[in-house]
Amino acid sequence: MDKALKIVVLAKQVPDTRNVGKDAMTPEGTVNRAALPAIFNPEDLNALELALRLKEECVGSTVHILTMGPFRAADIIRDAMFRGADGGYLLTDRKFAGSDTLATSYALSCALKKIGADVIIAGRQAIDGDTAQVGPQVAEKLGLPQVTYAEQIEQVKESSMIIRRRLERGVESVECPIPAVITVNSSAPEVRPQNARLVMKYKYAMIPTEVAADAESLAAKMVAEHDYLKIVELTVNDIVCDEQQLGLTGSPTKVKKIENVVFQSKEAKRLNSSDEDINNLMVELIASHTLG
Amino acid sequence: MANFFLDNKDLQYHLEHPLMRKIVELKERNFSEKALYDYAPQNFEDAMDSYRRVMEIVGSVCGDVIAPNAEGVDKEGPRVENDRVIYASGTVENMKAVNAAGLSGLTLPRRFKGLNFPLLCFVMANEMVSRADASFENIWGLQDCAETLNEFASEEQKMKYLTWVSEGATCAMDLTEPDAGSDLGAVMLKATWSEERQTWLLNGVKRFITNGDGDVSLVLARTEEGTKDARGLSMLVYDKRNGGMKVRRIENKLGIKGSPTCELVFTDAPAELVGDRKMGLIKYVMSLMNAARLGIGAQSVGLCEAAYREALKYAHERQQFGKDIIKFPAISEMLTNMRARLRGARALLYETSRFVEIYKQYTHISHERSLESEERQEMKFYNRLADGFTPLVKLFASEYANSLAYDAIQIHGGSGFMKDYACERLYRDARIMNIYEGTSQLQVVAAINAVTKGTFMEQISRYEQQEYSEAMQPVVEKLKALRTRVEAMVARVEEISKEAAQFKDFHARRLVESVGHIIITYLLAHQASEVEEYAADAKVFAKLAEAYIIGAEAYVMNSTADDVALISQVQEQF
Repeated sequence: MDKALKIVVLAKQVPDTRNVGKDAMTPEGTVNRAALPAIFNPEDLNALELALRLKEECVGSTVHILTMGPFRAADIIRDAMFRGADGGYLLTDRKFAGSDTLATSYALSCALKKIGADVIIAGRQAIDGDTAQVGPQVAEKLGLPQVTYAEQIEQVKESSMIIRRRLERGVESVECPIPAVITVNSSAPEVRPQNARLVMKYKYAMIPTEVAADAESLAAKMVAEHDYLKIVELTVNDIVCDEQQLGLTGSPTKVKKIENVVFQSKEAKRLNSSDEDINNLMVELIASHTLG
Repeated sequence: MANFFLDNKDLQYHLEHPLMRKIVELKERNFSEKALYDYAPQNFEDAMDSYRRVMEIVGSVCGDVIAPNAEGVDKEGPRVENDRVIYASGTVENMKAVNAAGLSGLTLPRRFKGLNFPLLCFVMANEMVSRADASFENIWGLQDCAETLNEFASEEQKMKYLTWVSEGATCAMDLTEPDAGSDLGAVMLKATWSEERQTWLLNGVKRFITNGDGDVSLVLARTEEGTKDARGLSMLVYDKRNGGMKVRRIENKLGIKGSPTCELVFTDAPAELVGDRKMGLIKYVMSLMNAARLGIGAQSVGLCEAAYREALKYAHERQQFGKDIIKFPAISEMLTNMRARLRGARALLYETSRFVEIYKQYTHISHERSLESEERQEMKFYNRLADGFTPLVKLFASEYANSLAYDAIQIHGGSGFMKDYACERLYRDARIMNIYEGTSQLQVVAAINAVTKGTFMEQISRYEQQEYSEAMQPVVEKLKALRTRVEAMVARVEEISKEAAQFKDFHARRLVESVGHIIITYLLAHQASEVEEYAADAKVFAKLAEAYIIGAEAYVMNSTADDVALISQVQEQF
């Protein structure tokens, strides 16, 4: 397909909540980020894979990562470049701190207005918050159509795409105009591995803050010499936005209380497949209001 | 999210050897390509950083893709449809993953789209792939054939074939025939020059060809009509896209079932001559074989790693008599010996890789400019070591792969005999390793001269002169004493074989293995002097070495020329 698209993948660096130890939560009930390794949010990797496939199909296309987070979130941009992305943008500023999904999607949409994109692809949700709100909110704020639960881009036409969605009871294919926002399920193809040549080419890619931290290094010299090693750093000053809608002030979500749910296994009960046992069970479940 | 590089400190240790500086300098020719290729290193540290990163990628592909596929690949295996090989579905997935990761052409020059990595990194990658699935190592590791083309083919051939290999083309080396196995001089497949088509045409049959339906095949063929020995053989390169070759069948094997072992029929298949006529076996196949032997060394060590890990894991999980079976001395001793042999074989593998690497790099440089006399001497020095160490590592590593796989099943008990655990596959996969690319018996033949002509003893002297930690002094003292005893054994064998020629063949394995035990112990003692963690391995291996050498000594020193007759009796028995 001879259609060059500017593809932007929304990604997030998250604490690896899949292998949670004892100290995963602080006493205050928030995630103890220091105790968990920071990783590329898994479904964002699926989003990256769809983006890279789209790039391969539409000759001349580019894939860039947009992520909001602290400086170290530049790691996931590099990771994406090692797998085939062309570059990325790190949206980073103290004023973004404490953002809920509303403030996050506001900041991202402001950044996207500046960057410009034909297709925006995001993971369905992040494993630290599990809200699945940011992608759809970005689409709303940009006034773009959205396709959620996507697992494959089946066809790209002149001004639209056909996308397969994975729903609870099956799949459906929908056609949507370009530009659009797509959010991707983990049922989409797994991300490709890092590529040896790309790792060697892009390993020194950095944001200006990282360069400044070690200005005499070989890495800094490499970045100065090669534009493809420059990861863009965006602060509040680089985007057009209403600061009231950013960070904590822009976040209406309030955590009221956090409870530690402890599953306590009780004595097991053995039932036979006889009608009588099933009847007794039904009576018991209805009496305990588990059913009905 | 397993990573076979990050979870293996021993591998990481071997990547950081002091000789790497020399190797990188030779390989990168003063980092002259940094301005030409965006992935070429800027300096030594940059190169090492890239090696680590790429080994990490290999480790991740092995842990996340290849290893989980291994059981399915073993079950499904490849098949032949319409004269072509169809890989098992897991093998296809593996292939896709290694290609996406850009792991082809690992050692090839950048102008042929390769990564220009040291051989040592390729060996390390092979080891990891083999730990994940030995049968896939066969297919992936065959990209090493391209190194032989890189050494001997024309520039035009290199541009065509090496670039293709870097892009993921698979390879095969077509040597064996029904009547030519260990004795390759008997190869009969014919190559005739066709004036009409202006090409060589291949006609005949090859058998037991690993990945025989690969894209690029190096074929040993008889170009000189009427000849019957090695001097009539040449090497040709065959491009599968040109047709003329059919896969008649694939073998149903005991192990490495994912690797298709093919019988090939060539009918007027066009092929290009590589290098000079008549040098096929004498020069090119010898180079190919040495590289392949190092490859089997890597495959074997990878299998040792897998077997040790399976056994260790099970010994911690399995309870008998109220405790984990690893708590029983009988089990923990087995595991201790397994680990010492695994790390010993690995030490020998990377020592050998460094020797081969330096000598090969000088060879390549000698094609570009004439070497200084100092460089020529160094090349000769490492060439001799490489020639001695290559059969030694093939011998030890492949025998250890078998013994570790055997022990892994033993530790699993009855469960290990069932298909439920991986150790059963490892045991079957290991069995070919001390057979193909030259049996253990042939490795002894290849290594015995290095025992009797001084190569090994000189190297042992160099090891003796190195500095060792306080803790390793007793080990070093023991080795010095053992060396004297082995020298007496060698002297006796040499003496008696003056009258009874076969006496040397009769005891060759005992001599080679005795010397090998000393070398491996030195390597481990050296590692233990640097890293405390190796102390137990060095001490244990010293015990194994001592026990082996005393046994061999008892045999050799009490043996007379009459023993040759004793072992010849069976020749008359039918």
